[in-house]
Amino acid sequence: MTTMTEQPTRRLNTAKAMVEAIATEMERDDNVFVLGEDVGAYGGIFSSTTGLLDRFGPERVMDTPISETGFIGAAIGAATEGMRPIVELMFVDFFGVCMDQIYNHMAKIHFESGGNVKVPMVLMTAVGGGYSDGAQHSQCLWGTFAHLPGMKVVVPSNPADAAGLMTAAIRDDNPVVFMFHKGVMGLPWMKKNPRSIGPVPTGEHVVEIGKAATPRSGSDVTVVTLSLSVHHALDVADELAGDGVDVEVLDLRSIVPLDTEAIIESVSRTGRLVIVDEDYQSFGLSGEIAARIAEHDPSLLRAPIRRVAVPDVPIPYSRSLEYAALPTPARIKAAILEAVGR
Amino acid sequence: MEASDQRALFDQMVLIRTFEEAILREYHADKSPAFDIGAGLIPGEMHLSAGQEPVAAGVCAHLTTDDAVTATHRPHHFAIAHGVDLDAMTAEIFGRVDGLGKGRGGHMHLFDPATHFSCSGIIAEGYPAAAGQALAFKKRGTDQVAVAVTGEGATNAGGFHEAVNLAALWKLPVVFVVEDNDWGISVPRAASTPVDSNADRAAAYGIPGVRVEDNDVEAVYDAAGEAVARARAGGGPTLLEVHTLRLWGHFEGDAQGYRPDLETVPAKDPIPAYEALLREQGALDDAAVEAAHKSAQDAVETAIAFAKASAEPDAGSVRDYVFA
Ligand SMILES: Cc1ncc(C[n+]2csc(CCOP(=O)(O)OP(=O)(O)O)c2C)c(N)n1
Repeated sequence: MTTMTEQPTRRLNTAKAMVEAIATEMERDDNVFVLGEDVGAYGGIFSSTTGLLDRFGPERVMDTPISETGFIGAAIGAATEGMRPIVELMFVDFFGVCMDQIYNHMAKIHFESGGNVKVPMVLMTAVGGGYSDGAQHSQCLWGTFAHLPGMKVVVPSNPADAAGLMTAAIRDDNPVVFMFHKGVMGLPWMKKNPRSIGPVPTGEHVVEIGKAATPRSGSDVTVVTLSLSVHHALDVADELAGDGVDVEVLDLRSIVPLDTEAIIESVSRTGRLVIVDEDYQSFGLSGEIAARIAEHDPSLLRAPIRRVAVPDVPIPYSRSLEYAALPTPARIKAAILEAVGR
Repeated sequence: MEASDQRALFDQMVLIRTFEEAILREYHADKSPAFDIGAGLIPGEMHLSAGQEPVAAGVCAHLTTDDAVTATHRPHHFAIAHGVDLDAMTAEIFGRVDGLGKGRGGHMHLFDPATHFSCSGIIAEGYPAAAGQALAFKKRGTDQVAVAVTGEGATNAGGFHEAVNLAALWKLPVVFVVEDNDWGISVPRAASTPVDSNADRAAAYGIPGVRVEDNDVEAVYDAAGEAVARARAGGGPTLLEVHTLRLWGHFEGDAQGYRPDLETVPAKDPIPAYEALLREQGALDDAAVEAAHKSAQDAVETAIAFAKASAEPDAGSVRDYVFA
């Protein structure tokens, strides 16, 4: 369990918490600047840069043309010259038009240079569905980025972590892909998620990348998840507590690096594992976690692993179909009950 | 121009606007007072094309349903002008089983093989495919034409330039249409594009570039007519930019705080302007205007009723259609 230090806090939504972290780092370090589509006057389609233009001006908060290959590539070049750009890819789904810059360039330069060149940049992007935005605007795809070596992949679920992980990402000497779920940002035009507003420490607040959190301890079954699904898992856990099922919820917070130790530690206590992932099921995060348990010690498990993920189908537009594909609380609950044999 | 052709352009624009006003009404009806993008009969993002009707009407007047049109995330005006079935299109926007994509696609992903119509939510994604459709037409020796549409913001995407270059190189029967509505979401054209006119960019590919000013439907009609004829005759692609107008937000729910011109924009609505012009020329009278609105109203209300009467897809069918 990560406990907040004794620092004073104030309540912010996730978007505001991210913006504050970016602003603090921009003040600390002149090398930090922001670029992307609609990050200026609009403040980011998902409010990830709101107010930054007013505070820092157009030299440090740069609207770009719709040229992802060009401006993400430009961020890479600036980073290799020692700057610390934060570049936004508006929806992760758009990665297809600029993936070469991301995985062949941003992620490989350090390696190819034998460690001589660093690429200290943050690529932030919105993920997730649940509001009928269709197959090209609703994916998570973090498994794709995690599969390709050379970039860290961070996925916060709440305001305090978003701020602390953003600070860590900006200060990191590696490229960090920072993926925020639209459903945890606390946006006024999305369904209200009560946990999208929460306490955020004032002052220095850094969350180490690579350490999972345990927002709920329990003894019967471990639910390993991340992002919006953490909230669903916590809701289900609360509900099942009344039925005598004690659920532990692990929030990964980053998948590169993946906190394998925390997963093993939890499963060795509960003996049961449910993996909840809003990304496609096959060849992804859920399979990776299952493999790590199996490689470590399959005898930790007293029941087969259950996976709740998107069943290898593009995210459908129609609400009835979209909710059949997403890891809903109902699907999570059913998987937990199966795992504990109820 | 013949009065009957002028009336056809007017009727087309009225139908498009009537449709979008109905979608606007249905979209917002169940999202107020608190706007929740995922709520209601039509959830998700909604990009409407009000103000851009002259482009679709003027271009599509030269096409048959054998010709291909690939549109953008703002597809309705081109879909309607190209003759996509209004009922099936509306049902898709409502996410119903009788929709073009059986509820899978949604408003940005309308596919209609009957009219060779498609669109995409990814910027400039349709440009290369249009070149491919044109390649197919050329290989088969038909006189079909492919029309690709983007916004002016999309002309800065790599896919745009690669596709125009390919089509120019292979002399493919394509008309590349750019709708310059001055805005790429919140980014004004001057902040995204270093040339005043995208038509100038045609020079880089050795093809004709034409820019139509003032959202003038008849000027679009004339320029598109030439471009389509050139393509059909084997003369290769044309880049046609139209200076048009985004009357409403980028998407519904967009407060447009970034836009300095909002107060004067409603007065530039191209439909009343064209109506006034045609009345002056004697091509339209009260009866013809009323008939245009009445027939549009009827078609649109029928489509909305059809969509609402169609069922939600069965959740059990979620794995369908991933593979052929
Ligand atoms: C590859 C990609 N990048 C970004 C977006 C997000 N986006 C959607 S519409 C849009 C602006 C498009 O502007 P323009 O091409 O001028 O068309 P308009 O919306 O004005 O019709 C942007 C940036 C996207 N859909 N795809």
